[in-house]
Amino acid sequence: MKKRWISLFVENDIGVLARISGLFSGKSYNLNSLTVGTTEDTTISRMTISLTSDDKTFEQIKKQLNRSVEVIKVVDFTDTAIHMKELMFVKIHGCSEHDMMKLSYMKEIFQAKMIDYAPSMALIESVQTEAGNNDLIKLLESDFSGRIEVVRGGSVAIEAISFSER
Amino acid sequence: MQITGAELFVKALLAEQVDTLFAYPGGQAIDLFNALYGVEGLDVILPRHEQGLVHAADGYARSTGKVGVCLVTSGPGATNLVTGIATANYDSVPLVCFTGQVPTHLIGNDAFQEVDIVGITRSISKYAVTVRRREDLAITIKKAFYIARSGKPGVVVVDLPKDIQQALGSDGYPQSIEIRSYKPNTSVHMGQIKKSLDCLKRAKHPVFLLGGGVNISRANEVMTALAEKTGIPVVTTIMGKGAIPTSHPLYVGNLGIHGSYAANTAISECDVLFSIGVRFNDRITGKVSEFAKKAAIIHVDIDPASISRNIEVDIPIVADAKNVITALLEKAPEFDFHEWRMQIDEWKKQKPLGMKQTGESGVTPFAVIQKINEIFSDAVITTDVGQNQLWTTQFLELTDQKQMLTSGGLGTMGYGFPAAIGAKLGNPDKDVITICGDGGIQMNIQEMATAVVYELPVIICILNNGYLGNVRQWQEMFFDKRYSSTCLRYRKSCAAACNTPSACCPEYTPDFIRLAESYGAKAIRVQRYEEIESTLSEAKNTEKIPTVIEFIIEREENVLPIVPPGKPLSDMIMGGDE
Ligand SMILES: Cc1ncc(C[n+]2csc(CCOP(=O)(O)OP(=O)(O)O)c2C)c(N)n1
Repeated sequence: MKKRWISLFVENDIGVLARISGLFSGKSYNLNSLTVGTTEDTTISRMTISLTSDDKTFEQIKKQLNRSVEVIKVVDFTDTAIHMKELMFVKIHGCSEHDMMKLSYMKEIFQAKMIDYAPSMALIESVQTEAGNNDLIKLLESDFSGRIEVVRGGSVAIEAISFSER
Repeated sequence: MQITGAELFVKALLAEQVDTLFAYPGGQAIDLFNALYGVEGLDVILPRHEQGLVHAADGYARSTGKVGVCLVTSGPGATNLVTGIATANYDSVPLVCFTGQVPTHLIGNDAFQEVDIVGITRSISKYAVTVRRREDLAITIKKAFYIARSGKPGVVVVDLPKDIQQALGSDGYPQSIEIRSYKPNTSVHMGQIKKSLDCLKRAKHPVFLLGGGVNISRANEVMTALAEKTGIPVVTTIMGKGAIPTSHPLYVGNLGIHGSYAANTAISECDVLFSIGVRFNDRITGKVSEFAKKAAIIHVDIDPASISRNIEVDIPIVADAKNVITALLEKAPEFDFHEWRMQIDEWKKQKPLGMKQTGESGVTPFAVIQKINEIFSDAVITTDVGQNQLWTTQFLELTDQKQMLTSGGLGTMGYGFPAAIGAKLGNPDKDVITICGDGGIQMNIQEMATAVVYELPVIICILNNGYLGNVRQWQEMFFDKRYSSTCLRYRKSCAAACNTPSACCPEYTPDFIRLAESYGAKAIRVQRYEEIESTLSEAKNTEKIPTVIEFIIEREENVLPIVPPGKPLSDMIMGGDE
């Protein structure tokens, strides 16, 4: 089993997202995250899909995606140099002054931003790799257990231009 | 010129050369029916249930090679199609199903007879779409026919909201279409052809395994020529039966859990398995890890997704079966597999398919199907699902003049009779026979009215064993003979648990003879061997009305051989004297 990344170009039509996600649920494929948005050509949407599977199932998944009438192109990103980021918001409730201090250290180190604030509440925005966001959550959880609220967007990815690693 | 969507719909059907439309009206389709009224060159057939309708369109499509076209209303009309859509799509039958829909502004409002049919059929169709703008109507219909019949054929659902049917718009209908996201590959990679021939050159015991893909691409003649040129024996799946004539000396038989001894043994012993248009589903492989264990596997399929899905393939060839077979025929040398053929003939002789006469009457499924083989030379034979289907796939002889239609992928009871109606509509000059069980025929028996009113002399052979026989056989063999809910002669007065049919069992209901007669059909009950032939001949000579022949067969007749679940193909339980 291995984590994989696919970039999928599809027709920007009603129901396409349902067809793609339905393929994963209907055939019991293990889907981790799926993001979708339009591209420079508004008739085309691009999905970034993360999933976990063995080699054989992954081959099958790519073929099944390819044979869907609405799919224009399937690109396997698994072992490609790509830039990949995920947007995450974390709201922290019940903050003391001391908590705020800690938060500002953390955000520095994780290159996150504090984008909103009230005397006892803070809102952090983090644009990281999925793994980076995981690390940040872990840390926040240990210090602010039961007081955080997390929204994650799922990853978007694009091929690198000159980078050889992500 | 400006015309309504409904008028454009009719124009599109005519442009697509649709000559037969299977249609059932309702409120959200009434505008379409209005536009169809009195149109020439298009026969609108009104079956009695939408499930019968879609199976009829399926039988029409399979037997003619044309696209089958359905039109139903929204809500219940649309949902009644579901089983038939799945049945056709699973067997790669090209259908375009038009469904009426509530007006676009009401979609999502729980309007009367609104269902999300596109959502419902998403996973059982090749493509499904709601037309949301009148401007898109022509191109969507064009696209639907193109997608349904190209590549690996399948079902396309086109949902037509009422306001789109009524709206005025252009009368243009495109000649051709280009879909950027859909480009089926049919051409052959010659390098792979060469590789596969090299593989055959090293082979001593090769076998062709042919599936439905060969029949769908109508490659039967070239395939027969290829088998003859190479001298390689041919095994078929249920869907591939008839790929070459069954009487051909190179034909071995069907493989799979009810395959013949010779076919299953040949598969287990072969060193090259040249498979074309099959998907290696569990009904043919038996225990997968033991399947064709000694063989290098070549697999031709138009669908890349079916390659190496169930069975690891050594040489894949993604292309249309007919193109591959034609290329092979051109390039293949003549081989000499004489000894191997003798070996297979020996297996055929040792354990032929057949059936011992168990009861006194002599009315066995084997006898019935053999007589059908003798009497009918230019025919379409449909089956229902169950033992009737398995016996037919075992014993029916096919030639290039005889075709068998069966629900292979989904295994849908209730398929056989309506499919026969569709086949007869598409092939008025052929004899059309359906072979079904007493259970399955009741799932769409209302179509007797359709056969009568359209004067379709289809022949309905009911093999009546008073049981849901196929399930009963499993209960007998693998569930300690606990006949749970499989007796169709059960009545409230019977013991709660019973596995001993006898002469005292309650009367069968319905009385198929009186039922058929009440529809205006001819009906004959056969209980003696001598009557089989004369009755079938009488049915063959009957014009304009369907004939029901109820064959009373042994109640506990089994389909043998059988490979028990989870076992390899070599572990067959044989019939006969073993
Ligand atoms: C719609 C549907 N329901 C249930 C089944 C499961 N099933 C498969 S064969 C069978 C028995 C069929 O009995 P009958 O039609 O009498 O035919 P026989 O097997 O006796 O020839 C059943 C219930 C099915 N295939 N299709």
